[in-house]
Amino acid sequence: MEIAILSGKGGTGKSCISAAFATLNGKVVLADCDVDAANLYLIFNPAHEEEVIYVSGSKAFIDYSLCTNCRLCINYCRFDAISLINDKILISEIACDGCVLCSRICPENAIKMVANSKSRMYSGSFRNGKMVYGRLSPGEENSGKLVNMVRKKARETAKLNAIDTIILDGPPGIGCPVISTLAGVDRVVIVTEPTISGLHDMERLMGIVQKFNLNAFVIINKYDLNISISTRIKTWCKENRITLADELPFDKNMVEAMVQGKSIIEFNPYSEISKKIKIIWNKVTNQKK
Amino acid sequence: MMKIAVASGKGGTGKTFIATNIFYTLLKNNYRAMLIDCDAEAPNSVAFFVTKLINELEVSQLVPVINPDSCTFCGKCHEYCNYNAIFILPPMKIIKVIEDLCHGCGACSVACKAGAISEKPISLGKVALYSTDRLPILIEARMNIGVMSPIPVIKEAIKQIDNKSDFVILDAPPGTSCPFIQSTIVADYVILVTEPTPFGLSDLKQSVETLKSINKPYGVIINRAGLGNNDVFKYLIKNEIPLLLEIPFNKQIAVLYSDGKLVSESDSFFAKQMLTVVENIMGKYGNSNIKW
Repeated sequence: MEIAILSGKGGTGKSCISAAFATLNGKVVLADCDVDAANLYLIFNPAHEEEVIYVSGSKAFIDYSLCTNCRLCINYCRFDAISLINDKILISEIACDGCVLCSRICPENAIKMVANSKSRMYSGSFRNGKMVYGRLSPGEENSGKLVNMVRKKARETAKLNAIDTIILDGPPGIGCPVISTLAGVDRVVIVTEPTISGLHDMERLMGIVQKFNLNAFVIINKYDLNISISTRIKTWCKENRITLADELPFDKNMVEAMVQGKSIIEFNPYSEISKKIKIIWNKVTNQKK
Repeated sequence: MMKIAVASGKGGTGKTFIATNIFYTLLKNNYRAMLIDCDAEAPNSVAFFVTKLINELEVSQLVPVINPDSCTFCGKCHEYCNYNAIFILPPMKIIKVIEDLCHGCGACSVACKAGAISEKPISLGKVALYSTDRLPILIEARMNIGVMSPIPVIKEAIKQIDNKSDFVILDAPPGTSCPFIQSTIVADYVILVTEPTPFGLSDLKQSVETLKSINKPYGVIINRAGLGNNDVFKYLIKNEIPLLLEIPFNKQIAVLYSDGKLVSESDSFFAKQMLTVVENIMGKYGNSNIKW
């Protein structure tokens, strides 16, 4: 079973909840799909068994010994990445989308494509199973392909080690990496918080979840920070027939656990939050599809 | 004009909280200021202000339309497409455009010698211009649900910057990938917002490395100080990174924010801190007039 943890808004507690789920009892494969800001390895410090290079497209570079300043490339580029400055054609690495068109049309063959190969995928063991995570090199396009690679590796690892449960800690937002995290999962858990931003971003995320016809479970984290917005979230869930898994109180121990490199379950298994998380997990995993 | 981006690697550290409060304080102090919400996947700045919508710009991209009657199924467009957005089965005479994967680069149109490809625009999102009177001062990039990349909408929002402004505050999306770069590359200075936790520190380090690689001056605001540990402070000292401000963890602030209220509206001390941060940055880095 694959379970994706998402939120829309960042910083609502996705990774802390994922870490808790990953340390409840049975062995799991934990996949950190937030390749733009992977954090779970900080808690679980996995032993790397494999490192794979992820090539995320390419960027165009000019060979000035061949360039005749004909400017054809400038006319063809739709990303405003190419300009003529001081009689020299310049390609902005930041604006270049890697579509290869300039390289194809250059009559002098003066434009070469160079692969972006600084991103990595790591996999290995942690104290309660196996872990897979990606690290996207800064500035690169987060197209979701690295997420797909992480998920493929997670599935293979699960099969190889006879582990049934895959937990996917997702990225914030609603774009491509989120869509890649959601596609084909069995369960979705949405961690939200009682702020107008939390509610608004969750509504946008649900727009994506519903496109995939998935049932979502909502956790209101830090619910006691604003009871009236928590109530609004609950009403919204009811109106949209979305299961409210539970609400968790604000608790400094969540941060303290992280500081000590532990999940809340490992840090304080008998706390109110830990007890609630166990019940949520049972709800999520036992529900018939 | 000075453009300041408010960014962070980690989500939920307080980017929008800082950006909206700085913007409010600048307006209150009679600066001509603009706020650009570049978090097109999850835009939230507008909710903090009483404004009216004065204009809305549709952001679109071109996607190919293939006419199967003139298509020779030569496969050239498929070969030119670097995004796997054209699906072709020549023996079955099947050719399809997968619009979700298309980046609108136009390579397929160049490739097609049979004149079978035309283009049509598809909507990616909107840029909304809000105002308190006539001039647009709050610009929101909002990507449509289901669209893959926020980049085109962010670029369009940034185009709305009024050069006559004293200050432009850019509320950046989380992470350090392409959307982060697009929102910070235009800025003269970047304020990184973090929290003193292991996750906050790890993502801060990544943001710092990214900003170094594009040569941007930056400083750090630590939000929710008192939670977590001291490692972020040690990191800043060791790497000689300016600490612009420390905002202690305070439930009252969290509650105000959660309700969509501005702390600087009711807390003059906090408002003064916001203003001081910006004026100090202006004093040190102002008038650099960065072109991009």
